[in-house]
Amino acid sequence: MPDLSVRLGTLELKNPVIPASGTFGFGYEMARFYDLDLLGAISLKGTTLHERYGNPTPRIAECREGLLNAIGLQNPGVHAVIEHEIPRLRQVYHGPVIANISGFALEEYVETAALFDACPDVDLLEINISCPNVKHGGMAFGTQPEAAREVTEAVKRACKKPVYMKLSPNVTDIAAIACACKEGGADGLVLINTLLGMVIDPRTGRPVVSTGAAGFSGPAVKPVAVRMVYQVYAATGLPVIGVGGVATADDVIEMMSAGASAVQVGAQNLVDPWACRNIIEELPHKMQKYGIEALSDIVGRAHRA
Amino acid sequence: MEQRSLYTILENAPLAQDVFRLRLLGDAGWIKRPGQFVNIALAGKYLRRPISVCDWDGDVLTLIYKVVGSGTEQMSRMAPGEKLDLLTGLGNGFDAAPARGKKIALAGGGVGVPPLYGLARVLSRAGESVCCVLGFRSHADVFYEHEFRALGCDVRIVTDDGSCGAKGFVTDVLKSLDYDYYFACGPQPMLRAVHALGKEGQLSFEERMGCGFGACMGCTCKTLTGYKRICVDGPVLLSGEVRFDA
Repeated sequence: MPDLSVRLGTLELKNPVIPASGTFGFGYEMARFYDLDLLGAISLKGTTLHERYGNPTPRIAECREGLLNAIGLQNPGVHAVIEHEIPRLRQVYHGPVIANISGFALEEYVETAALFDACPDVDLLEINISCPNVKHGGMAFGTQPEAAREVTEAVKRACKKPVYMKLSPNVTDIAAIACACKEGGADGLVLINTLLGMVIDPRTGRPVVSTGAAGFSGPAVKPVAVRMVYQVYAATGLPVIGVGGVATADDVIEMMSAGASAVQVGAQNLVDPWACRNIIEELPHKMQKYGIEALSDIVGRAHRA
Repeated sequence: MEQRSLYTILENAPLAQDVFRLRLLGDAGWIKRPGQFVNIALAGKYLRRPISVCDWDGDVLTLIYKVVGSGTEQMSRMAPGEKLDLLTGLGNGFDAAPARGKKIALAGGGVGVPPLYGLARVLSRAGESVCCVLGFRSHADVFYEHEFRALGCDVRIVTDDGSCGAKGFVTDVLKSLDYDYYFACGPQPMLRAVHALGKEGQLSFEERMGCGFGACMGCTCKTLTGYKRICVDGPVLLSGEVRFDA
């Protein structure tokens, strides 16, 4: 029987497949599609200190092999997430939970992260310094090495749980940002968030999404994600959760070969709500086909000559 | 409950200008209420296309859609015998119960008309008398006038240019009617105008969707009872909860 288990530092996952933040709500509503305990872990909808409505609609546009979104971090705020959303998730899911945290100021990141750190149902903190869809904050912290290091350091000081920084691809040197996070004490990295894109309606001549530019994801972005995971793995040696365009078991194997210890599935959940389950079921067959006995053996194998 | 199933195209024929009727062979047992929708996968398109159910009978599903972009254009070229991959079981649909025994008006605009047909059928089978105000741009856009009549509905057609029926807006006719409960589906300005008439009813909304089943928050709107996702908490909202100022 092929071994699908992987490790993120000290956290053991039964398999590397994790629904990405923002594509799976707070999880519990997805239990009507399949048994969530099949999943390696779940990354919760991006959470801020205070409740947010997000951006005006339209928030979605389609493009070839992907979509644009500008949800704008709609969420009920960290207190409601801890009091209502996580308990509801725990009724239907018993595996590892990743809290995804966003902020508009350093203090907000720290306060929100500390609340999740104190929540016994959260196993890992994913600090989103890469949201392209909010003004002031979000991606601003993830595009300058010094700012990325400061957020990492501040959150690490306030938290005991593993801190993973979620990085933006909208930078000229992803390795420099990753190294800055490592210097700040990050336990791991999650990449990539969405690429900043735009879709214009040919009939109206105007951008489809209300914010104009928006976050581009889907199968089209996978080569960018694989390249960045490869670079960051080489530059930092930290555990990496690879995300971006993953839709099949082959994509998981590719991402892990580049250096990812686990993999998140994002946009694909939106076009196929059973995507994660299907990938998990497909993985043993692909492993057998490629002669892989344990998935954890292939992490970063693209770097080995 | 959402399901993914393959349907076989029985008919895909033009009904009016840029408007097609698609009759599909496959499971229709998931339908609980009129006004629910399906999300259709198309070859080479990443997202599915949400289309409301017009009618259903046994294992035949009828959808009416308008060609508005390259996806629906591609769909319009599909032939009988070809298969379509549908995500079904989506949306809350219209609740006919609160309208029982009331003077009911249906207000539809353009491709907002189709889901009202299934509703009209449910209502007339329950013995309710139904008045329909159906609005279109012009004569070439009008469809299903006779189908609504065949259900026994009192049908009023309205067109922007007066080329068929009354000239003006759906609300111009609606406000002259004696009704105390309404169901509306159509473009946002029409819904706003119908809502502004102040009666009690249900409104079905349209929005660009990512997933269609509540995961992405792409179609959220503000209501008096909190944030609602058009795809799972709607598309039908109650007149008492909608707000157009947000």
